[in-house]
Amino acid sequence: MKVSLVLPIAYFSRVKKPPIPSVEFRGVSKTFGSTRAVASLSLEVAPGEFFSLLGPSGCGKTTTLRLLAGLEEPDRDGGAILIDGAPVTDLRPYERDLSMVFQHYALFPHLSVARNVAFGLEQRSVPAAERTTRVRDALALVRLNPEQFGNRMPSELSGGQRQRVALARALVIEPSILLLDEPLGAIDLKLRKQMQLELKALKRTLGITFIYVTHDQEEALTLSDRIAVMDHGEVVQIGGPAEIYESPRSAFVAEFIGESNFLSGTALREQDGLWTIGRDDLEFRIPAQPGIATGSSVTVAVRPEWLRVCAPGQTPGNANMIPATVREVVYLGETLQVVAEVTATGKAMRVTVPNEGQLKNPIAWKTGDEIVLTWLPGDSQVLEENWS
Amino acid sequence: MRSTRQRRILARIVSKPSTLLAPAGIWLIVFFVVPLGVMMVYSFMPRGVYGGVDSGFTLEHYRRFLDPLYLSILLRTTLMAAGCTTICLALGYPVAYAISRARRWKHVLLLLVIMPFWTSFLVRTFAMIFLMRDTGLINSVLMRLGLITEPIVMLYTPFAVMAGLVYTFLPFMILPIYASLERLPTSFLEAAEVLGAKPSARFRRIIFPLSLPGVVAGSLLVFVPALGSFIPSDLLGGAKQMLIGNLVQNQFGAARNWPFGSAASFVVMAVVLLGVMAYLRSGRGELATSLRDIG
Repeated sequence: MKVSLVLPIAYFSRVKKPPIPSVEFRGVSKTFGSTRAVASLSLEVAPGEFFSLLGPSGCGKTTTLRLLAGLEEPDRDGGAILIDGAPVTDLRPYERDLSMVFQHYALFPHLSVARNVAFGLEQRSVPAAERTTRVRDALALVRLNPEQFGNRMPSELSGGQRQRVALARALVIEPSILLLDEPLGAIDLKLRKQMQLELKALKRTLGITFIYVTHDQEEALTLSDRIAVMDHGEVVQIGGPAEIYESPRSAFVAEFIGESNFLSGTALREQDGLWTIGRDDLEFRIPAQPGIATGSSVTVAVRPEWLRVCAPGQTPGNANMIPATVREVVYLGETLQVVAEVTATGKAMRVTVPNEGQLKNPIAWKTGDEIVLTWLPGDSQVLEENWS
Repeated sequence: MRSTRQRRILARIVSKPSTLLAPAGIWLIVFFVVPLGVMMVYSFMPRGVYGGVDSGFTLEHYRRFLDPLYLSILLRTTLMAAGCTTICLALGYPVAYAISRARRWKHVLLLLVIMPFWTSFLVRTFAMIFLMRDTGLINSVLMRLGLITEPIVMLYTPFAVMAGLVYTFLPFMILPIYASLERLPTSFLEAAEVLGAKPSARFRRIIFPLSLPGVVAGSLLVFVPALGSFIPSDLLGGAKQMLIGNLVQNQFGAARNWPFGSAASFVVMAVVLLGVMAYLRSGRGELATSLRDIG
């Protein structure tokens, strides 16, 4: 009896323990009426990670965040949510070691900046002297001068300043997890870019877990260590920004994050580690993948910036080639976009071309030109969902 | 057919603030400011032998009001109105809060609040007599149940007047408080909860301060008309419970002393003005900012 008790303990103590995730969702579901907002969602967030929930409106990302905050309850039998390894499903929001920045800041309009920031400390009965210091430090952390802003009312602040106050108010209680619900949604582009960098720096300074909800794919790519792309209440892909962008698993991810051109066809033959996919006079090659067999229907995504525009007869060897006609050349500033109509299918494909200066060195293509679109087989993103 | 230009000019004139204010403004000048001026003048004129006024100037009516008899009526009226406001606030705030939180029944509940206005105020006050008199519904039910042997005297007591006043003015307290609670974004409460505020703290620190504009509006809407009301005290209070409204009504009616009635009215107005100013001043800090930010 004794042996059987001791042995497993000895066994487990020798195995290297995986770090306890800061946040864990185990099959969490949430239904509003007849709408399934979150459908048996599972994910883990490592301590100190900047984790983004990304998706279109209505995908369940905000509900996921609110479930974590305790502002929504999961369905009955709707799974478990753990913070630092302990289940929190039955805990009130203030019993969870987290804090939150709300979408429209939700600053208390009748309290000054300093009293807004002090609110969480007052609720925790922090002595007045310590409160003053901590409010001061929190405001300084978000780069607001406490002397200048402490006595102002929220209505006297600009959008960016309100954003900073909301951050200070959330951070002053020193949570181990900070939830942010589209915090930069209401401020203009330039300031948003700056705030993104500041958030990143803040996260580095504090070393706490950030969970960030956004519908802005660029923002998610800029900020995150990892991104969970959500659609219809489910996580469709989790990965680092490069993985999500360069290896999307589904057409939804490829299309939602950045732009993509989609091509589909039937797997015809395999040769030298490349599969040839074909349909209607159109053939291209992709790297061999497990799961593809002759006759499989395959869809690939190709990013506009990985395509090249070539004159017919001047195509590089080894590349996939698709004859097309230039429909339009769009000037975007930093880049140009060539919209071309694929001869075989009549569908449009977009190619991003670096702008080398249209005044001095204009692009060679104009509407109606016959061209060939080329890309390397290795740059095809094979979408998993279409394997059959 | 008007040209586009003419129509544009017309639209500009119509949408001017002064144009929009004019109809109601004229109405108020004719039916409020002018009569008020007439009363003001009357209150300083000697009483006419057969009603009305005689020419001349006198402060007699105001001096007469300083009589302890009238001052006690004024004091009783003020206390009654203040008590009515307090009771309406105590009864009305929870109702307003519940309605603002209700989902499916919200409109039904609001309808119930304003439903008393569908019948005449006078009829409703008479109905209260039938409820409260010695042989009324309340007493007969209690006696039938054997809970009491003698009827409880309710009618023609201060209690009856207060019950009538509260019943009459309660909706005016509920509606503005409801309006201010309804506007309160739930994200404020959620933010407070995440920051550690338990339900009582959320009410004290967020909900109540942000509903103060509604509380102020409701209190004024109850206090001011309660101060001038005369029907509840007349029908439910009997002669012993005379309020200033009854006094004024009496002077313009049976007593035919228009100048004294006018003077009494101005005294009431002065009390209202001073009371409102003191009230608004008392809660300045948080109240002023609440008014500015959410009102």
